[in-house]
Amino acid sequence: MVRLTIDGKAVSVQNGSTILQAARSAGIKIPTLCYLKDVNEIGACRVCVVEVEGNENLCSACNTQAEEGMVVYTNSPKVRSARRINVELILSNHNTNCTSCVRNGNCTLQSLCRDLNITDIPFEVSYRKKNWDVTLPLIRDTEKCVKCMRCISFCEKVQGLGVWDVVGTGPRVRVSFRNVKSFADTNCALCGQCITHCPVGALHERDDTVRVMDAIADPNQIVIAQVAPAVRSAWGVDAGLSQHEATVGRMVTALKGLGFDYVFDTDFAADLTIMEEGSELLERLTHKDEYRWPMFTSCCPGWVRFVKHEFPDFLPNLSSAKSPQQMFGAVAKTYFAKQLGVDPSRITCVSIMPCVAKKYEADVPQVSDAGAGADVDIVLTTREMARMLRSSGIFLDELGETMFDEPLGLGTGAGVIFGTTGGVMEAALRSAHYLVTGENPHPDAFSAVRGMEGWKERTVQVGDVSLKVAVASGLGNARKLLSAIKAGTVQYDFVEIMACPGGCAGGGGQPITDGVELAAERGEVLRKLDSSAMIRFSHENPFVQKLYEEYLEKPLSHRSHELLHTDQSKWDI
Amino acid sequence: MSRLQIIRADKMQQTMDLLYQDLAHRNAAAPEGNCPVEQTAALVGICLSQSCGKCVPCRVGLDQMVKLMNKILDGQGSMQDLDVLERTAHAVMDSADCAIGADAARSVLTSLDGAKQDFLAHVTTGKCLCEFKPVPCRRACPAHVDIPGYIALVKDGRYADSIRLIRKDNPFPSACALICEHPCENRCRRSIVDDAINIRGIKRVAVDAAGHVPAPACNAPTGKKVAIVGGGPSGLTAAYFLQLMGHAVTVYEQREQLGGMLRYGIPRYRLPEKYLKEDIDVILSTGVQVQTGVSIGKEITLEQLRRDFDAVYLAIGAHSFQSLGIDGQDAKGILSAVELLRAMGDGNAPDFTGKDIVVVGGGNVAMDVTRTAKRLGAHTVKCVYRRRQVDMTAQVEEVEGAIAEGCDIVPLMAPVRVEKDADGNVAALIVQPQIPGEYVRGRPAPVNANRPEERIPCDLIIGAIGQVIDSADFAAEGVPTKRAAILADQFCKIEDMDGVFAGGDCASGPLTAIRAIEAGKTAAGNIDEYLGFHSELPPPPEIPKASHQARKAMGRINMVERTPSDRSDDFDIMEIGMTEEEAHQECSRCLRCDHYGYGGFRGSREERWTRW
Repeated sequence: MVRLTIDGKAVSVQNGSTILQAARSAGIKIPTLCYLKDVNEIGACRVCVVEVEGNENLCSACNTQAEEGMVVYTNSPKVRSARRINVELILSNHNTNCTSCVRNGNCTLQSLCRDLNITDIPFEVSYRKKNWDVTLPLIRDTEKCVKCMRCISFCEKVQGLGVWDVVGTGPRVRVSFRNVKSFADTNCALCGQCITHCPVGALHERDDTVRVMDAIADPNQIVIAQVAPAVRSAWGVDAGLSQHEATVGRMVTALKGLGFDYVFDTDFAADLTIMEEGSELLERLTHKDEYRWPMFTSCCPGWVRFVKHEFPDFLPNLSSAKSPQQMFGAVAKTYFAKQLGVDPSRITCVSIMPCVAKKYEADVPQVSDAGAGADVDIVLTTREMARMLRSSGIFLDELGETMFDEPLGLGTGAGVIFGTTGGVMEAALRSAHYLVTGENPHPDAFSAVRGMEGWKERTVQVGDVSLKVAVASGLGNARKLLSAIKAGTVQYDFVEIMACPGGCAGGGGQPITDGVELAAERGEVLRKLDSSAMIRFSHENPFVQKLYEEYLEKPLSHRSHELLHTDQSKWDI
Repeated sequence: MSRLQIIRADKMQQTMDLLYQDLAHRNAAAPEGNCPVEQTAALVGICLSQSCGKCVPCRVGLDQMVKLMNKILDGQGSMQDLDVLERTAHAVMDSADCAIGADAARSVLTSLDGAKQDFLAHVTTGKCLCEFKPVPCRRACPAHVDIPGYIALVKDGRYADSIRLIRKDNPFPSACALICEHPCENRCRRSIVDDAINIRGIKRVAVDAAGHVPAPACNAPTGKKVAIVGGGPSGLTAAYFLQLMGHAVTVYEQREQLGGMLRYGIPRYRLPEKYLKEDIDVILSTGVQVQTGVSIGKEITLEQLRRDFDAVYLAIGAHSFQSLGIDGQDAKGILSAVELLRAMGDGNAPDFTGKDIVVVGGGNVAMDVTRTAKRLGAHTVKCVYRRRQVDMTAQVEEVEGAIAEGCDIVPLMAPVRVEKDADGNVAALIVQPQIPGEYVRGRPAPVNANRPEERIPCDLIIGAIGQVIDSADFAAEGVPTKRAAILADQFCKIEDMDGVFAGGDCASGPLTAIRAIEAGKTAAGNIDEYLGFHSELPPPPEIPKASHQARKAMGRINMVERTPSDRSDDFDIMEIGMTEEEAHQECSRCLRCDHYGYGGFRGSREERWTRW
């Protein structure tokens, strides 16, 4: 332990702790901006500077070790002056059009200025004008960038991609692509983690809310929404509701209030995915020599992009089953359109996803098979949905509960856990067990695949078959896992990968709470929804059963193949 | 009314002088990897601030050039702007009324020529090609030793760990602690505050305090065999790393002992036997096999080695010498530096008692020979050099040390011929006085002065005017050479000779020990890859975290030598190491660029060897 004094308070912390950690443990708040725990502790913004007795220069609390006997002042006149000037300097390089910024009200720089009582900028304001292809799902606004380097560090250290880099030196330093000229040349997975770890509005998703509202306003269009499982674990944050208030039923009511004609659940399509992917796994297992092993899940488009960019040899290992989003779209514009008796072109299919890469996936020409343009027309992130709700004038906290619409709105507990790491694996194993043995396992029989470890491996028993499975989340972990498979140091039968750490619950399209990683907490919400669900097996979803009876015949049928499967190697990138 | 006055510096002028001093300090610590366009614009800006404003090219031209460069930097520049910039620079250089403007324009032209690629990148892509190099000392060290790391370890008294850390990149900590030319100090960021850290001095403290530090264990044997030709710093460096990686290494050395120029080039008063032996012993302790007294290309052919081994590294050094090339050089009493130092290395010291000796040359080898001759009992030693003393390529301390020991430097004298006595012995060196002329490749070229030849009577003349690579045997076996240097690329590979690598003096021409070590390390890494491995070396020790920076200016601890009268007639170590007190203070001056500044974000420390 190290004992030191901070603002007159005696503090004792573990060896190796920083001054920032020591102060926080004593309830003393030191403001930060560029700091991102364990990922970006680089002392760049100089906002967290503190005075250490006997030291002429101020030091950054985020990356200076607490030392025995240190006497620290976090709020001395020298500190206050330097901190204030530094924030003002940052503002002089920042487009402070806060009123029309996507991060208005949820910006670390904005709240820092409020906390420091900054009401004027004594410097001339200038910033590099933005120059970005705004049709991309991911938008970088250099006018807002504060060069905190968090996006660079997160992409490099956690996601293992290194899309971003510092370009240039001195006053003209900026963040841009590493070693390549344009976005198309990068290995970006579009996971969106740079967005959720940006303290300001320099990174955001392409805003597609206007397109949705236009479709709703069009009397000829039937606008249907599908809501991904992880969205329900987080939507309240940006909509201004507590976790307790942000129920699924209230979300459905709110979306109906916005004018969606039908509000469906992606969980339904997740169950359908399990039927196809689980059957595919069994098919591959019974013809082992005809396939490349292990089989990988394919529902995460960030992961698919990663494989296409960096491990194309593994493309045949991806399950050919489409993601729930795309299965939903294909079913909506065929089966459901038929049920409604309308031409599929009259249906606008909107999906609400915790994800940025889903915007890419929906736009991949090769993924749409219903024959009416894109199967999924517009993808909104959880954040965009919340922004639409906020702008609608609906008093969300006063709304009642509404069930998802039928038939595409019923999902099982197995479908809902798709939104968290290990969930797809668990749901698949539950149904695989049934398909192999004809009997349901205990719904929690495969709980061993749960948990937030970045890369876990388990051996599970499915009837007589012993399966070696692995689950990884975060592309840094995915790279390690693929490299190990390539090197022959590990061998698996079935592997689930999600690009974002913790899975979709921690997705790049989720509401942002700066400095806090919420994937685990949100994953728990989904786990609870599963454990309290009436039905916890995808194959028991009555509407999925009905869909097969009335339309698809059976998993892996000809029609299933036409509508629900895809060849990711053919996808445009 | 007074007619004249004595100029006294007023406070404002004194302040200006201080600011220029600050600028000089900053220049001494100029970081690598900054944008040349930015730097040129800033330099011209400073030049502009010194302009009197009288003549148009300087007053307006420099200003317009700064504006053009800023436009280019902002990504708004066009090819036409580049053209205007270049034409303007020519015009300003040609027509400014004094050097203030003209030389600023010359700098612009130098930059436009040398950094053309970056100017073009700014114009065509809006991006700069440069990448800031975070830790100047590591970047400048050819072996990229983790210098802030080992300074922190020495500061904490963890001497053995500091040696382990150095050996991760350089297996010659002891030798380098004494004789490294320390390019690491050249851009030390501490120079901004006061002076560079005495890095070599700190390394010597580590070496002296650590005692024997055994080598780490080797990786499991890979079954691959590597032959290394030459047991000098480059060959032994490669041998050490390859053996640690698990390959079976055999070193072939044509002389009786290992060490190469560390033994046969550097006098023992600079590098005592025990320091050299310590490094070599540790290298050999890894299991490296050695065959001394074997000349590859003679007793064993290169072809044979290529058959018997999976890879070959040629590191034969530059052990032949250039003759003086003047009349009378066949006289008895003419010796080359290489011959003298080689004899010294094998313990066959000649007796120079009472002799008058002339050394010809101006490099470090000339100084080594001069000071060795003095120690061998010479009556007088005169070092004759064509250029000015300041133009000598020898380190200043070496020149000053020689003078202090009673040797003479005779600058601006070009040898013309050797005068022989009746028996054919050297009687004198006849020299032609020189005068420094125009600059050629950065130094004033000497030309004959309008003065008569002079005669320097002497008994012995030692030529130290350059070493030559003896690569003929290898060339005969098909190794490509150019002016005797083996042609190897920056990865130490030889084109069209699969599995044969070369590096060190034999490829680069005579350079320093640390450059030879750099080549050995590079070759080891690339041979390992060539053999199909990506071997890991043992992990380095954990480095103490940086505490606050001590940025108050504080005197650098310089190395002290035994007094000239005490040292000038023996071969005992000349340099006196730092005390513990001095070492601690010197370590505390380190600004820890691995933690502060860009190092805290990028590239402070890596697990594996990476390109720096």
